[in-house]
Amino acid sequence: MSDLRDLYQAVIFDHNRSPRNYGELASANRRAEGFNPLCGDHVVVLLQMSDDGVVEDVRFEGRGCAISTASASIMTETVKGLTVKQADQYFDAFHRLALGEDPGDDLELAKLEALSGVREYPSRVKCATLAWHTVRSALHDTGDTATTE
Amino acid sequence: MNQAQATPDATLCPLDVESVRKDFPALHQKVNGRPLVYLDSGASSQKPEQVIDAVQAYERRDHANVHRGVHTLSQRATDAFEGAREKVRSFVNARSVREIVFTRGTTEAINLVAQSYGRSRLASSDEVLVTEMEHHANIVPWQLLCGQTGATLKVVPFDDNGELIMARFKELLSSQTRIVALTHVSNTLGTVNPVHQIIRMAHEAGAVVLIDGAQAVPHSAIDLMALDCDFYAFSGHKLYGPTGIGVLYGREALLDAMPPWQGGGDMIKSVRFSGSTYNDLPYKFEAGTPHIAGAIGLGEAVDYVSKLGMDRIAAHVHKLLDYATAQTERVSGMRVFGNAPGKAGILSFELQGIHAHDLGTILDHEGVAIRTGHHCAMPVMEHYAVPATARATFALYNTRAEIDSLFAAIDKAREIFHT
Ligand SMILES: Cc1ncc(COP(=O)(O)O)c(C=O)c1O
Repeated sequence: MSDLRDLYQAVIFDHNRSPRNYGELASANRRAEGFNPLCGDHVVVLLQMSDDGVVEDVRFEGRGCAISTASASIMTETVKGLTVKQADQYFDAFHRLALGEDPGDDLELAKLEALSGVREYPSRVKCATLAWHTVRSALHDTGDTATTE
Repeated sequence: MNQAQATPDATLCPLDVESVRKDFPALHQKVNGRPLVYLDSGASSQKPEQVIDAVQAYERRDHANVHRGVHTLSQRATDAFEGAREKVRSFVNARSVREIVFTRGTTEAINLVAQSYGRSRLASSDEVLVTEMEHHANIVPWQLLCGQTGATLKVVPFDDNGELIMARFKELLSSQTRIVALTHVSNTLGTVNPVHQIIRMAHEAGAVVLIDGAQAVPHSAIDLMALDCDFYAFSGHKLYGPTGIGVLYGREALLDAMPPWQGGGDMIKSVRFSGSTYNDLPYKFEAGTPHIAGAIGLGEAVDYVSKLGMDRIAAHVHKLLDYATAQTERVSGMRVFGNAPGKAGILSFELQGIHAHDLGTILDHEGVAIRTGHHCAMPVMEHYAVPATARATFALYNTRAEIDSLFAAIDKAREIFHT
């Protein structure tokens, strides 16, 4: 039996209680919404992209469980300053991490590791990946609502 | 469900839960190292040995297609299938087996009525009246119907206690109302709606009434002749029976006049390219090979609960609900949704600072299975402005000790979340 503390690490509670980059972003030029139909979680990601495709600023809004809120918070810290391509690489690495696959060692994933506990909880993987699906939609400006399906 | 049944008789000999539990093999297992505490019967209940055995016996010995063969197995299968229909008829006190249509479940039953009855009768000036507390299964089929016919969907709101606002119902009910569709018992709030009164008023206004009985049928005895509704839908898997089988009751005269919904084998008398003639009730609405094993399992489930006595089951569950409700008061930051008097054994709640999804995971770790999420009733979540709730439902096999386990697990969650 897995230990609950692997899922609910102190970092998760910290981000859940005081989420980083939470709120509106008046200068945003990209926006995407994400929705997890299973639990009703809803997240909005706002990006301010530079002309040469770098994430200059980022915010998120929405209500969700501790896992999805912490993941969104950590996601915003991660993608700030990245190019679209770099952010995509983080998306892929995080996805593998959440599924219990090897994320490779090309990227600095220390912060994201806090969410790796979801790999033992298949029903919670989607909570962790929702914000990442949403930021990907915003980065690629697909105009769709991201879902974890 | 009249008032007398909703307030269980205290003089009844109480249910012997410990002996009842022996009938349910799934209850006797450990989950995450803890004894399973199954409090999610509102989503789907566990099955007694009797149901499992009846399905197995059929599969092992009597299986063949129904209504078509002259051979012995086909006859046995047909007898068992039709025998189950009679058991269901008697259980809900319908006038005739012609009024008992087997479907895949509540959802399919409601869709059948919307598409067959609704589509053939509604026009753009007509209205369908539902309530704010419906399961999506009793909303979306009507939205589809309104999209197809141009009719308008109207919604009766409920108050913060979880009770329908009857004054609003009276205002919304008019000569344009053609169909009133509402749940007998709310799957999120536990509210038992005043269906007798609503049916009477709807009939006076010239509307037909469909009752979603998915949560009501396991809750207490149903008397359809006394209820006098036009359609009543429920599912086998919430009544200790199999999945994939459910029932649509329809008033015979209405079913008779309705066009078939799906076409195929079993629902016809003769087929020619110049035109086909349809079978008698209820077969007109049972196109294709039915879920024979499911129907047999449902018949056995009906026997099982009848033997225990629906009134005794209701009394047992009411006691559990009272016990649990008293415990909610000592948990700070616990908000209960649905406080209607005489409500069914459903406890929806939110814990301050802990999202329902997190709570569900922590409870599962303690072996306690509850439902978390929007419970297919997003308008109810919207009413209370919450994304999700946690829901424990109490069934005939649940005990006080299990409710203690639920609250111990809730304490554990609060400890982990430092709330
Ligand atoms: C009130 C209510 N209506 C309808 C349904 C749908 O039942 P089913 O999925 O068996 O068709 C449910 C079950 O979740 C319910 O609780």
